[in-house]
Amino acid sequence: MLSYEIAVIGGGPAGLCAAISAAAAGASVALIEKDRHLGGQLVKQTHMFFGSKAQFASTRGIDIADILSRQCEELKNITVLLGATVLGYYDDQVLTIEQDNKVQRVKADCLVVATGASEKVLPFPNNDLPGIYGAGAVQTLMNVYGVKPADRVLMVGAGNIGLIVSYQLLQAHVKVAGIIEAAKHIGGYLVHASKIRRAGVPIMTGYTIKKAYGERKVEGAIVWQLDDRWQPIPGTELDIPVDAVCLAVGLTPMGELLWQAGCQMIYVPQLGGHVPFRKATLETTVPGIYVAGDVAGVEEASSAMVEGRLAGLAAARRLGYHNADWENKYQDALQQLMALRSGPVGEKICSGLKCVVV
Amino acid sequence: MLSRTGVATCENIESILPPKERLQKGPVAVIECFQQIPCNPCYSSCPRNAIKPFDDINDLPVLDYESCNGCGTCIHNCPGLAIFVVDETYTEEEALVKLPYEYTPLPKVGDLVEALDREGKKVGQAQVVKVQNAKGQDRTPVLWVSVSKHLSQQVRNIGMEG
Repeated sequence: MLSYEIAVIGGGPAGLCAAISAAAAGASVALIEKDRHLGGQLVKQTHMFFGSKAQFASTRGIDIADILSRQCEELKNITVLLGATVLGYYDDQVLTIEQDNKVQRVKADCLVVATGASEKVLPFPNNDLPGIYGAGAVQTLMNVYGVKPADRVLMVGAGNIGLIVSYQLLQAHVKVAGIIEAAKHIGGYLVHASKIRRAGVPIMTGYTIKKAYGERKVEGAIVWQLDDRWQPIPGTELDIPVDAVCLAVGLTPMGELLWQAGCQMIYVPQLGGHVPFRKATLETTVPGIYVAGDVAGVEEASSAMVEGRLAGLAAARRLGYHNADWENKYQDALQQLMALRSGPVGEKICSGLKCVVV
Repeated sequence: MLSRTGVATCENIESILPPKERLQKGPVAVIECFQQIPCNPCYSSCPRNAIKPFDDINDLPVLDYESCNGCGTCIHNCPGLAIFVVDETYTEEEALVKLPYEYTPLPKVGDLVEALDREGKKVGQAQVVKVQNAKGQDRTPVLWVSVSKHLSQQVRNIGMEG
């Protein structure tokens, strides 16, 4: 059985930062990633990040993945396990993982769960036709594999993902017929929306998809307007011919391991779904199990990175790694998180966190 | 309304437009950032400290129009691609608009292209005067386009091919 002081599950922005900060504090760390490469969603993110220098503002997500991966490589006390899927959590902090068709056990004194979030889907007639994509799949096809996903796309959802993926589709010379958004207001950053609009793409707020149609694949979609009570208004239907419909209707935390480990969970809509109760240190109700990033509540990658740093530091301290620098780093991470969440766009997250921080 | 359409209203634009006297003096940044989000690279990238220090990272940028010389460093550093530089002194009839443009193919100097407004509608013609794409811009090219002077605060994109 492999044995480490800290096992970090998930090699996205939160997990990378957790592994780096814990290892820099002195702990031996296993970073377990199910994909063949580190970075998580960062590798698809060709846009520049917001935030401040401390969170790599103005740097593209894909480059942040490289920077953090390199920092990981430089720390000799991090073991990176790629293509390794955590199958389960057992008592005494034992994980079973599958890697290269082999199952092995990993024991760790502390866990940082940074498994991220998965995309929500939307129920509507014919949503199983080929050509109905999640936005993440479209991004993976385009930005990871260099495959053009369609010729003309309807985007459903004007949150940051819907806006950003629309922009990337335009960059890949895919027509975006329009972005529809059920809410009355655009959910994503308005600068992203303005970028799409000046490229000639309409954004229709207060609209949802009624159905998709097509013989063997998507040939178009019918959209209709919603009233103030979110009820569709008959007679407002519009027929939009497209060969793909891309769903960007939100994310939900992937907390399966936390459930299995017996962490107390609670449904918090502002955080995207079921999330664990946690202390300010990001330790869950099971001592020694920490969370960071979207699994703790769906938020921006900038905050996920800072949460990762925080959880990594806290886990290291639990194991006795507490040098003179520790307190400064910990306070700095707390400050950064507070600053990122202090404005109007952070209000929703803060109201959600009030329900889960114990 | 911006939050429904994604297009800045006249009131939005008026609230950030440099004063007429400043526009008549030469190139200056026009920062079309109207939503408080946690973001400050415009401030930290400005070589002349023309963007006032942020008390809170969620503050909207405040430009000191007199300190800004329209160098355009903020254009490619703004993650929202929300900053433009406008020079209304370019020629007698024309203004110069510097805009971020992350699409391929890049136009060439001298190309005549469609001048698009904030809704992507054609409002006139633009000529490409310069294509800045230095390594330090990190893959955010900046186009300098000349447009009829009355369009200087309308043109924010050019017609995209393909």
